Amino acid sequence: MLNKKPVKLLALPALLWMGALFVLPMLMIAILSFLKRGTYGQVVYEFTLNNYIRIFDPLYGQIFWDTLVVAVLTTLFSILCGYPLAYYISRLEKSSQQIWLLLVMIPFWINFLVRSYAWVIILRSQGVINTFLQSLGIISEPLPLLYNSGSVLLGMVYTLMPFMVLPIYVSLEQMDRRKLEAAYDLGATPWKAFWHVTLPMTKTGVVTGSILVFVSSIGMFVVPDVMGGAKSALIGNVIQNQFLSARDWPFGSALSIVLMLLSMLLILLYFRATKASETKEGSA
Amino acid sequence: MKTLRGNALSGYSWLMLVFLYLPILILVLYSFNDSRINATWTGFTWKWYVSLFENRQVMQALMNSLTIGVISSVIATVLGTAAALAVKHYSLRWSNIFNGLMYLPIVIPEIMMGLAMLVLFSQMQMELGKVTLILAHVTFSMPFVMVIISGRLADMGKDLEEASQDLGATPWETLRYVTLPLIMPGIIAGFLMAFTLSLDDFIISFFVAGPNSTTLPLYIYGLVKRGVSPEVNALSTLLIVSTVLLVVVAEIFRRKDSKNNQSIL
Repeated sequence: MLNKKPVKLLALPALLWMGALFVLPMLMIAILSFLKRGTYGQVVYEFTLNNYIRIFDPLYGQIFWDTLVVAVLTTLFSILCGYPLAYYISRLEKSSQQIWLLLVMIPFWINFLVRSYAWVIILRSQGVINTFLQSLGIISEPLPLLYNSGSVLLGMVYTLMPFMVLPIYVSLEQMDRRKLEAAYDLGATPWKAFWHVTLPMTKTGVVTGSILVFVSSIGMFVVPDVMGGAKSALIGNVIQNQFLSARDWPFGSALSIVLMLLSMLLILLYFRATKASETKEGSA
Repeated sequence: MKTLRGNALSGYSWLMLVFLYLPILILVLYSFNDSRINATWTGFTWKWYVSLFENRQVMQALMNSLTIGVISSVIATVLGTAAALAVKHYSLRWSNIFNGLMYLPIVIPEIMMGLAMLVLFSQMQMELGKVTLILAHVTFSMPFVMVIISGRLADMGKDLEEASQDLGATPWETLRYVTLPLIMPGIIAGFLMAFTLSLDDFIISFFVAGPNSTTLPLYIYGLVKRGVSPEVNALSTLLIVSTVLLVVVAEIFRRKDSKNNQSIL
C-alpha cells in the first residue's frame, strides 16, 4: 500500500487560511450583531437584541423589500435574456461554441464598476443617447434615463447575465438529445417539445444560474451606487454606509446576517419548488 | 419554418452579444474623444492617456495594484494547488466537506466577505493597507485556483501517477516529475485568473484598503463618484484591455492539451 498521508496534508495550509480569514471573520460578524454601539462608533461588549429589533423599522423593511424585488427581477430577466443565448450556443458547432462562450465570459471578468460606468456614459442627460436624440431634434429636453430603479435593473441584468448563460449552456450540453427526438417522433410541435422536454431537462442549469445571479444581486451596492438615484439605495448600500460612514458596525453586522439568512432561505425555497415540480412531472 | 425560427434565434443571440459589448466599446471609443464636456465627437486624441501617465496618483495606484496582484496570486496559487493535490486523495465524503468550505466564499455575497474581513483586521488591530489587501485577495481567489486545478487533475486521471509509483517512485518524486508537469498549464491558468481577480476587485478592497493603498479600481471609483470624465474612460480602457488579455491567455493555457474544454465560470 502506498503512503499517501504526506500528500493529504498538503491541504492543511489552505484549510488554516480559510479558517482564519473566512470562517473566523464570519463568526465575528455574527457575534458583533449582538453587541452595542458606543457613542463614538466604538463597539461596546454588552449583549443586546436591539440591532435585530431595529431592522423591523418600516424604513429598513422597505429597503429589504426593494432589494428582494430587484434581485428577483434581475434573476427573471437574466433567465429570459440568457436562456435563448445559451440554447443558440449549444446548437452551434463545437469550434464556434468555444468562441461564443469566451465572448460571453469576457464581460463577466471585466470590472463591475467599469461596466456600470459605461452605462452612465450612455444614459446620463448629456450622454450618448440624449445627445443623439437632441441632435436629431426628436427631443428638446434630455430624457431622465439614469438614476432611477429602471437603470439599476438594467445595470444589474447587464453585469450579472453571464452568470446565467454558462450553467444553462452546460445543462443543455449534457442533455440527452434522444428524448427530444422521441418527442418529435411522437408528433410534438417544436414549442411543445421545448416546453415539455428541453426546459425540464435543463432545470439544473436554470437553478444554478439563478442562485448565482440572485446571491450576487442581493448584496450588490456598486450598481445602485453608480447608476441609481437617492431613492434606489438597496440593502447593500445601507450596510456599506453603516460600516464606513455611520460607523455602526453592530447594526451593519445584523443587517448583513439577516441578508445572508434571507438569501439562504429563498434559495432553499427555490430548490424545493423546482424539486417539487419535478416529482409532479415524474408521476404525471 | 425551421430556418425562420433558427434565424430569429441567431439574430437574437447576436443582439445579446451587441448588448454585452456595445457599452464597453462606447466607453473605449470616448477615451479617444477630444472633447471633455459631452458626448459629441470632436476628434481623435491620445491626450487623456498621456495625462494618466503623468499623474502620480494613477501611477501609484497602478503600482499598488500590480504589487498586490502578483503577491496575492502567487500565494493563492501555491495554497490552491497544494489543496487540490491533497483533496484528490480524500474519500468522497471528506472531499465534499472540504470543497464545500473552500467554495463557500464563491456563493457568499462579496460585500459580506469584505466587511467580515474589515471586522477581523480591526479586532486584530492591524493597520489597513497593502498587507490586509493581500490577505483578502488571497482568500477570495484561492477557491478559483482550486476549481481550475481540480478540473485539470480530474482530467488527468490516475494512470500515469500509478505507473510512476509502480516503477518505484516515491509519492514526492511522482508529484515532482509526473503530476506537476502535467498540471502546469492549469497552474498557470489559475495564477492568471487569481491575478485578474485581484487586479479587478473593487468590493472587497473597498473595505480593507487604507488611505495609502489605493488600487486602480478604488481610484476609478473615486473618479466615477465625481462624474464622467475622459480620464476615467482612459483608465477604465486600460483596465479592460489588461483584463481581456489576461483572461484570453489564461483560457489558452487552461485548454492546452486538455480533454475537458468546458468553459470555467
